[in-house]
Amino acid sequence: MALKRKIAYIDLTTGEIQVKPIPVEIRKQFLGGRGLDAYLLYNHTKKGVDPLSPDNVLLISAGLLAATCASATTRTHVMAKSALTGLLGSTNMGGFFAPELAWAGFHHLVIRGKAEKPSYLFIHDGEIEIRDAGNLWGRSTTETQWAIREELRDPEVKCLVIGPAGEKLVRFANVMTGIKDSGGRTGMGCIMGSKNLKAVAARGTMDIGIAHPEEALEFNKRFIDQIASSKVNQTQGTLGTPFIWGATNSWGGVRARNFQYNQCEFADDIEPERLDEIATETMGPHHMAGCFGCQVHCRARYKLPSGPYAGKYDEGPEYTTLGAFGAMPDCRNAETVLTCNYLVNQYGMDNLETGAMISWAMELYELGILTREQTDGIDLRFGNDEALVEMVSRICGRKGWLGDTLADGGIPASEKIGRNSFDYLVQVKGMNNLHSDERATPALALNVATASRGSDHLRSRPAIDLYHLPEEVLRKIYSSPVPYDGPLSSDHTVYEGKPWQVFWQENCYMAVDCLGICKYHTVFLGPTHPNFEDWAKVIRYNTGLEFTPKDIWDVAVRCNTIERMFNLREGLTRSDLKKGDMLNHRYFDEPCRRGAPGVVGRYIDKEKFIRMVDELYEHKGLDKEGVPKPETLKKQGLESEPSHRL
Amino acid sequence: MQKNNKILKIDYEKCTGCRLCELVCAVKHDRVSNPVRSRIRVIKWESEGVYIPVTCQQCEEAPCVLGCPAKALSRNEDLGRVEVDYTKCIGCRTCVSVCPFGAMHFVATDRKVIKCDLCDGDPQCVRFCEVEAVRFVDTRDLGLEKGREAARRLQAADRKAVSLLGAQ
Repeated sequence: MALKRKIAYIDLTTGEIQVKPIPVEIRKQFLGGRGLDAYLLYNHTKKGVDPLSPDNVLLISAGLLAATCASATTRTHVMAKSALTGLLGSTNMGGFFAPELAWAGFHHLVIRGKAEKPSYLFIHDGEIEIRDAGNLWGRSTTETQWAIREELRDPEVKCLVIGPAGEKLVRFANVMTGIKDSGGRTGMGCIMGSKNLKAVAARGTMDIGIAHPEEALEFNKRFIDQIASSKVNQTQGTLGTPFIWGATNSWGGVRARNFQYNQCEFADDIEPERLDEIATETMGPHHMAGCFGCQVHCRARYKLPSGPYAGKYDEGPEYTTLGAFGAMPDCRNAETVLTCNYLVNQYGMDNLETGAMISWAMELYELGILTREQTDGIDLRFGNDEALVEMVSRICGRKGWLGDTLADGGIPASEKIGRNSFDYLVQVKGMNNLHSDERATPALALNVATASRGSDHLRSRPAIDLYHLPEEVLRKIYSSPVPYDGPLSSDHTVYEGKPWQVFWQENCYMAVDCLGICKYHTVFLGPTHPNFEDWAKVIRYNTGLEFTPKDIWDVAVRCNTIERMFNLREGLTRSDLKKGDMLNHRYFDEPCRRGAPGVVGRYIDKEKFIRMVDELYEHKGLDKEGVPKPETLKKQGLESEPSHRL
Repeated sequence: MQKNNKILKIDYEKCTGCRLCELVCAVKHDRVSNPVRSRIRVIKWESEGVYIPVTCQQCEEAPCVLGCPAKALSRNEDLGRVEVDYTKCIGCRTCVSVCPFGAMHFVATDRKVIKCDLCDGDPQCVRFCEVEAVRFVDTRDLGLEKGREAARRLQAADRKAVSLLGAQ
């Protein structure tokens, strides 16, 4: 049974390992995955802990439904205090690692301390070993994975690894599994590197009992039919996530030249159809691949067609890669985007943060805030493809003054560069915004401003707000499982009703992150996709646990509150530009210059934005400063946290 | 005419590598999730992006049937499959050794061999594979589909050759 999966406490300093069951009462409060990780982080770290110290804890988990007969139960979650933001570090990835961890007997790993020398963990059928990783240190993410398989003489071992960027403590180093499945945001690879932990390898052959197998199978089939019949996932399954980039760019919702424009012009070479051609030419017509148990198959397999790495096999590129190495630095060549994609995948570095940092530096260079001396002679203007590729390598290797400076993340770099460089850094809570431009979309702006891990779309983005769905359809979605009779609007440019949508999505995404299901299997891009009602059923069929849709909602609300409590404990203050729920001034001061007629000239109205934040706080049961009210904590059963129950 | 002419046909180039077939196979047969209990396995070379589902071919002259010292394996013509009679099986794993496809598996925890039984005529791997990398098709014209694809390629090559000649 999924409920038999255990939690392991691993101290890398002492080598001590303790294994415990996860009590059902804890499951009922936090489910698993990201939600339970948030509970563990709040309970196992002390206020003000140095993220790079042995006292920080690294949490690696599979969702409650990992490897069960629900659909796309593939996601691995990693959490710690972030060295990039000094706040909540949290990242989530697809692939095949989480199911393997579950088959090996575990759902949660709590890793503290620091290994004396480079090490990796090998987890197999209830056993955990700490092994020497001396021969793996310095190797790329894929080389590391294949070397571990060879050493363990088992090609079925699945690994979660860091690359050279994590070893060099690049603050936005990622954790990776497979060719390109990345936990990119908030620099969890940096935390692994700080613990001398090169990899976690898993291999499992233990049964996961299914409580009601016939029902689970039939419901899974229904899920698949529902998802496979939707246009959005059919397109996703053909063109991958680049299709979203193409669609968003067409109306003007993509950051270009850092944040100067909201649309990337003359981008034919990086349009999704062009990338699809490259994948077809190099890997054949059936080049899409899927994560565990998923029928969306949204990632492309391809070989680099040209450039210094021509012929190398890679996967992607993703929606975010096109923004990071295409629109933001204004480099519009497929070869450049694919080269950078390959490099960050091999180095183990977040594509978004890397691209955003370089684009910011390009703007500073053009403004004269960064000099050619500071760029170590690189002509770092927008559209200089060679400079972009070179900077990716320099950041990973911390080479040169600028490479080393940018590797420390946006806020420290802005302090080092000085002058008014910070004004141009499009970040929230110390993490750069993804490549989307939210100036014309108040709901999306509220999402990035208030996301618990910094500027990010996967925490609370009401992406369907852009579909202009009829109000009655919106009402059907957003009035369940808790009633809502406030305003809702089909118009993406208005401010009314958006806080509720953001609040609802925040709970929706938390729920799937607890279950370990991919967001493409929920109301993210597909308004008709599975929902709280469906999850109540899959939980029952697969684990035997009884939850009502409202129970799941309550768990999600609780888990979001505990993430908030962690952030507040570590210094989040509402209007702080570096650690708060606040946007860069450019959202308020610089109107959109390109895009569809209804987009040109739009910007975020600061007063209305502040009122949206107020309203969101009310929905979340927070006071005006964004702190949970005592009655909220009581209602959610969090008044005695940290409770140290696990 | 035979009662069942259908076989599992695998178009490996269509496989997305998701391993849902492994999951549903184990759940259907053993009511648990565990790929080591699956009768179909997706073999992968991840560094090249190659995924190939492998399962029992239900051979006509099956090495497992020929090799079984206990005569526990036999062909069931009604269901078009090779099947194990567990009342006769002695667990010697000869079938695992002789199967040229690696499609016989030994489940270490249960101490027994397992193989594809076509789910008695409704293979779950086929039912769940949305991209149709695994299909349940009639054997009567098995080669025709491939033949058509090959013919199309030949025609395209022929046209190209004609145009090249014309250019000379």
